Amino acid sequence: MSDLTALTLARALDGLKAREFSSVEITTAHIAAIEAARPLNAFVLETPDKALAMAAASDERIASGSAGVLDGAPLGIKDLFCTKGVRSTAGSRILGEFMPAYESTVTANLWRDGAVMLGKLNMDEFAMGSSNETSAFGPVINPWRSRIANQALTPGGSSGGSASAVAADLVLGATATDTGGSIRQPAAFTGTVGIKPTYGRCSRWGVVAFASSLDQAGPLAKTVRDCAILLRSMSGHDAKDSTSLPEAVPDFPAFVGASVRGLRIGVPREYRVDGMPAEIEALWSRGMDWLRDAGCEIVDVSLPHTRYALPAYYIIAPAEASSNLARYDGMRYGLRVDGPTLNDVYELTRAQGFGEEVKRRVLIGAYVLSAGYYDAYYLKALKVRRRIADDFTQAFEKIDALLTPTVPSAAFGLGERSADPVSMYLNDIFTVTVNLAGLPAINVPGGLDENGLPLGLQLIGRALDEGTIFSLAEVLEQAAAFTAKPGRWW
Amino acid sequence: MAIDPETVRKVAKLAHIRVPDDRLAPMAKELSAILQWIEQLAEVDTTDVEPMTSAVPLAMPMREDVVSEAGDREAILANAPRSLAGFFVVPKVVE
Repeated sequence: MSDLTALTLARALDGLKAREFSSVEITTAHIAAIEAARPLNAFVLETPDKALAMAAASDERIASGSAGVLDGAPLGIKDLFCTKGVRSTAGSRILGEFMPAYESTVTANLWRDGAVMLGKLNMDEFAMGSSNETSAFGPVINPWRSRIANQALTPGGSSGGSASAVAADLVLGATATDTGGSIRQPAAFTGTVGIKPTYGRCSRWGVVAFASSLDQAGPLAKTVRDCAILLRSMSGHDAKDSTSLPEAVPDFPAFVGASVRGLRIGVPREYRVDGMPAEIEALWSRGMDWLRDAGCEIVDVSLPHTRYALPAYYIIAPAEASSNLARYDGMRYGLRVDGPTLNDVYELTRAQGFGEEVKRRVLIGAYVLSAGYYDAYYLKALKVRRRIADDFTQAFEKIDALLTPTVPSAAFGLGERSADPVSMYLNDIFTVTVNLAGLPAINVPGGLDENGLPLGLQLIGRALDEGTIFSLAEVLEQAAAFTAKPGRWW
Repeated sequence: MAIDPETVRKVAKLAHIRVPDDRLAPMAKELSAILQWIEQLAEVDTTDVEPMTSAVPLAMPMREDVVSEAGDREAILANAPRSLAGFFVVPKVVE
């Protein structure tokens, strides 16, 4: 086997099961790839010794016939997931050298099924960002480069480390999280597949909280099937998360390859936004053709409150963040900056520990929740959120899924949008609606733009209907035949 | 609504984040830009709309009122910036 890092997760699991190669061999190959790819800055912590020990244990289980469904597969973990005894920072200085005494439920589920951890992946600070530029560890670089400019591009955010690592073949798959698009937008920018499942499908226990009513974990991987395999292991009811859904986990991979004939696919007219590149319009039309060819019916639908989703999000998410991030007070863990009074300690610790974007959002959150503004901002946003969710409910009376572009642009250059928060927020215009409504949605690579950069299509499903999304996504994946890989410059 | 540097100072106090004086005006400008953009929500008719407080309708699960995990003092203190004799050490709160 010449290059074990080029395999898909599904193929690697078959090879491990058939004893074509060992977990130690495929893990060693990935460790070497990670070392060679340090210019991408995808990892904030490499754990090669732990990976090799987990791989050796996997090989023993495979030999003894007691292997789990992910046994021996090396993965990367977004640094938002707490990992027992392994530094977890959420991309922030305020967590410093925080060493969790517990394991997040999602990662515990992956280890239960035999997966191997290669290390912790870089991300925007507390998952607040769409370009990975807010990380305390510096931005991740996209392995993809434009044909016309030799410029470092963003992999998107906040799961930029996860996306770059998957696109550059440093991991077979990665965990990620999505509060407003943080799985799907980076997947679109890197030509990878990422699904945000239904809110409550994956436990939030042990995942550093940003906006609790929106945060949801999901996988980022090379193919639709790989995502289905990972999501099956990550999902499941967890009594430790009061919003975890008490639902059985479907056999997601069984939906990959299923017929989609007769399904009705909605195309929301409000997603045709001004200034969207013609190439993205064209890709969207191709996506409709591909689904039509597979026997789907394309239906025009209206989601009239779409344009209010981002402004509502930028009240709700900061409000929840200002509450969640109140715990970083310098007393029990993380950074403490000394000062003359207790209030000085709090204020100085948080001033030095939080980056500029996090401060901005905490201040916005504190403002919209403060006396006199609560009704005008926060309560109003919760009512608009209901209208956005109702739009989807009404649309799903007539259709089975929605097809949209994932992002209104291809990957942009580092530094290009960081000066203007609102222009950065507009990146999430097609992804954020789904978080507000709690629905599942996936990014599938659809092709390259004229500069050779990946563009993605998004499928949105009914609550708990990830299965249909996986079936449709595989149809798009087959039709797009997206096999391009970034040229290796690192 | 535009917010002024004095409001930023008040909100920063609420949020326990020290914002130096020379950052108050720039921060006020940044936050005003975001808030002005958010104000388009006023266009939406939300008469008789119930606020949506959770992503999926789910009754709050109840559990028995019993200890599920006993506190492991060493693990709890392991990440403390300062601890002594099994306690967190914090700045003086009461004079």
